Amino acid sequence: MAAPEQTAVRAETPAPLAPTKSASRLDLRLAGLLGVLVLLCVVGYVTRPESFLTEANISTMLRLAAAIGVVSVGMTFVIISGGIDLSVGSIVALASVWATTLATQAYGPVVMVLCALLVGLACGMVNGVLISYGKIVPFIATLAMYASARGLAERISGRRTQVVSETGFTDFFRGDFLGVPILIWMLALVFAVGWVLLNRTTFGRRTFAVGGNAEAARLAGIDVKRHTALVYGIAGLCCGIAAIMVIARTTSGASTNGLFYELDAIAAVVIGGTLLSGGRGTLIGTLIGVLIFTVLNSIFTQNNLDTDIQNIAKGVIIVAAVLLQRTTSRRNADKT
Amino acid sequence: MLLAMTGIGKSFPGVRALDGVDLVVEPGEVHCLLGQNGAGKSTLIKVLAGAHQPDEGEIRWQGEPVRLSSPVAALRLGVATMYQELDLVPGVSVAENIFLGHEPARFGFARKAAARTATAALMRRLGHPEIHPDREVGTLSAAGQQLVSMARALAHDARLIVMDEPTAALASDEVDNLFRIVAELTADGVAIVYISHRLEEIRRIGSRVTVIKDGRTVATGLPADTPTAELVDLMSGRKVETVFPHRDETTVDPTTEVLRVEGLSRRGEFADVGFTVHAGEIVGIAGLVGAGRSEILETIAGARRPDKGTVTVDGKRLRPGSVGAAVRAGVGLAPEERKSQALLLDLPLAHNVTLASLPAYSTAGYLDRAREHRDAKATLERLELRPADPRRLVGTFSGGNQQKAVVARWLVHGCRVLLLDEPTRGVDVGARAELYRLIRELAASGVAVVLVSSEVPEVLGLADRVLVLREGHVVADRPADDLTEAAVLDCVMEGHVMTGSAHALDPEEAI
Repeated sequence: MAAPEQTAVRAETPAPLAPTKSASRLDLRLAGLLGVLVLLCVVGYVTRPESFLTEANISTMLRLAAAIGVVSVGMTFVIISGGIDLSVGSIVALASVWATTLATQAYGPVVMVLCALLVGLACGMVNGVLISYGKIVPFIATLAMYASARGLAERISGRRTQVVSETGFTDFFRGDFLGVPILIWMLALVFAVGWVLLNRTTFGRRTFAVGGNAEAARLAGIDVKRHTALVYGIAGLCCGIAAIMVIARTTSGASTNGLFYELDAIAAVVIGGTLLSGGRGTLIGTLIGVLIFTVLNSIFTQNNLDTDIQNIAKGVIIVAAVLLQRTTSRRNADKT
Repeated sequence: MLLAMTGIGKSFPGVRALDGVDLVVEPGEVHCLLGQNGAGKSTLIKVLAGAHQPDEGEIRWQGEPVRLSSPVAALRLGVATMYQELDLVPGVSVAENIFLGHEPARFGFARKAAARTATAALMRRLGHPEIHPDREVGTLSAAGQQLVSMARALAHDARLIVMDEPTAALASDEVDNLFRIVAELTADGVAIVYISHRLEEIRRIGSRVTVIKDGRTVATGLPADTPTAELVDLMSGRKVETVFPHRDETTVDPTTEVLRVEGLSRRGEFADVGFTVHAGEIVGIAGLVGAGRSEILETIAGARRPDKGTVTVDGKRLRPGSVGAAVRAGVGLAPEERKSQALLLDLPLAHNVTLASLPAYSTAGYLDRAREHRDAKATLERLELRPADPRRLVGTFSGGNQQKAVVARWLVHGCRVLLLDEPTRGVDVGARAELYRLIRELAASGVAVVLVSSEVPEVLGLADRVLVLREGHVVADRPADDLTEAAVLDCVMEGHVMTGSAHALDPEEAI
C-alpha cells in the first residue's frame, strides 16, 4: 500500500548514507513473524495434506479469525497510545446481546448494525473519558468495564442465547461477495482503514506521540486527553464491528460471546511486535499475530488434538515472541 | 580533624565533574560549600555519601584512609546525607522510615515498639514531639519530612551530616528551628557540611567556607564573614570557553512588541512576573535552580495555568493553561528535559519535527508525507543537523543535534515566540557555539526569544536584556551590556546589590 508514496519520496532524495534503522529492524521482525506463520502452515499441510490448505479450510480459518482480528486492530491503537483495554470481550458480548434483543430485531438489520456499533463506541468512550478526564489508570477503568459490560449483557439477555430470526441480517453477513465471505471482506476493510488511520493521518501520528512520550505530545500542543479518549472509542467501535461478525457467525447474540477476547487480542498485538509500554508498533504485525494463532488453532482441531496442549503452545509462542522483542531492543540500546 | 578529602577527581563520559577537590572538616563546625550550578557540588556530596566512587584522590576519616564504597558503608562510618530531593518512602510511617534498612529486630522479628520509642525520643530532641512515630510520612509537610530525614541521620549516630540546600523548602520560622538544631548538633561535636546559595544563612550559622568552581577547590577554610564580593569573584572568575557571536544591534525591532507578560503569578512558584519581548530580541532569565524559571516558561507556553496574570502574543491574549492555544499563537517551548519532555526518541526525525504542525501538513487529517519529508529535510539542513536524514530515529543523535531537532519543530511551525529552557544542557562545546549562532539567527529573523540558563555567561553573552529572578520574583530587568557576571551572581544570591559596590546595577531597580 505504501509503494507509490515511498518511491515518490525516494525520487527526490538520494539514498541516505546510513540505512534507516527503524525500517530495517522492523522489517527483520516482520520477516521473522512471517517465517513462523509460514512454518505453521507447512506443519498444517504436512500433517493434513488433504484438507489443510484447501479453500474451504482457509475460508473457515479466516472467518474464525475475523472477529478477534477486528478487536485486535482497536487493541493495537490502544497499546500504541500507551494504554491497555481489558474490556473488549465484554463489550463484544454486550453489543451482540443489545443488537439481538427482540425489540432491536423488530427494527430490522440496519438498526441491528447501528445498535452494535453505537453500543461498542459508547462503552469505549466511557472507558476513554474515565481514563483521560477521570484519571483512572487504564488497567482499572477497563477492568471495571470488563465486569460491568458483561453483567449488563447477562441482565439484558437473562443469560439466554438470543437467536437471530431477522433473515435480512444473516443473509447479508453470512453471504459472499466475489466468492469471498463478507466476514473476510470486513476484516480486510477494517485492517485497511486502520492501517491508513495509523500510518497516514494526523490521528495515527498523535497516537504514536501520546504513547511514546505523553508530556512531549502535550508540550507540542496536542490535546492528549481528548486523543486518549478517542483511541478507546475506536477500540470500542471495533468491538461493535466484531459483535456483528460474531452474531453473523453464530446467528445469535449471547452474554457468553467474546469470552477471553481481551487476552487473545493482547497476545496477538504483543507477538506482532507492538511495545506494551506504547509508542511503537505495527498493524501488519498484529495481523500476522492473529493469523499465527488462527493457524495454530486449525492445526490442533484438524488433527483432533486436545485444546489444553494448544493453550500451552500459545503460551510458549507469546513468551518466545517477547524474548525476541527484548533482545532486539537491547541490541538497539547498545548501538546508541 | 574529622574528614579530609584531598585531590578528589571524578569523570563521567564526556564530563570532568570533579578535578581536584580538597575539603577538610573539623568536628563541631558548620562547613559551608559554595559554588555555581554545575560547579561539582552535587557530585562531591555523592562521593561523600558513598553513591559515587572517586577516580582519584584520598579520603581520610579521623586520620585513617577510608573507602566509601557504598551509601551503607558511609552511614556505618558516620556520614549521613540529607539530599535536596528527600529520599523518604512516603507511604510508610515515620518510625519505619527512620529505621529503614536497620530495623531493630530480635530473631528476625521487627521490634516495632523499640523503633517507636526511639523515634519519639529523636523527635523530642529535634523539638517536634508532635510528630507521631506512626504518622505516614507522605502526610507531613516539607519541613516535617526534613525533620524525619534528620532524625534518620541522628539514628545512625552520624558524626558528619551533609545538608544539601536544607532551607529551600522551609518557611522562615522553620528555618530558625533548623538552625537551632544545627547549633545543638555542633555543640555535641557533630560536623555539618552545609550547602546553600543564600549567603545570609552562611553568615548566620557557618564556621568556614570552601568555594568550588569547575570541579576544583578555589578557596578553602575561609571565614564565614568573608565579604560577598570576594566570594562572588571566587565563584565566577572563570574563563568563558565559548565565543558568543557578535551581537548585532539592528536585530531588535523596538516598534514590534511580540510577547507581553503581565502580573503572572502561581502560588508557591513565582509572583507578579512581568516583561515584554520585542521582535528580534533575546531576553535572558538568570536565577538559581528553583527560583521559578522553568515554571514561568511553562506557564507562558500554557502547560501550567497561572493563578493571576496574562500572556499576550502579537496583541492577542492567550487562553490561560492551554498549550494548544499557545502553539496556535506561535509560542514554542524547548523544555529543560529534552528527552522526557520534548522528543519521541523511538520515532524518526521528520515525525518529531512536524509534531506541533500536524494540521498544516494534512488535508482532512490525511498527511502529506512528501511535503513533510521535504520541509523537515530543508529545516534540518538549515540547522546543520548532521546527518539531515528525516527518517533516522531521534534517539540515535547526540545531545546537540537533539536540541536542534526540538528547535526545528518550532521553526517548521513558524513560531513567533521561542522559549528556550537550558538549551545547552548536555551539549558539548562545539555544538554549543553552533546553537548560540542559531539562536542569534532566529532572533535576527524576527522571532522573540526567551532564554533560561543556569550559566550566567551564557545569558550575558546571548541576551539583549536580562531578568534576574530570585525566589519567584523579578529583582532586576536590565540591558545585558550593563551587567557583569559578578553583578548578576550578587543579585541572584543576595536579592539586592551591596551598597558601595562598583557593579552597574541600581539598588532601587533591585528591590
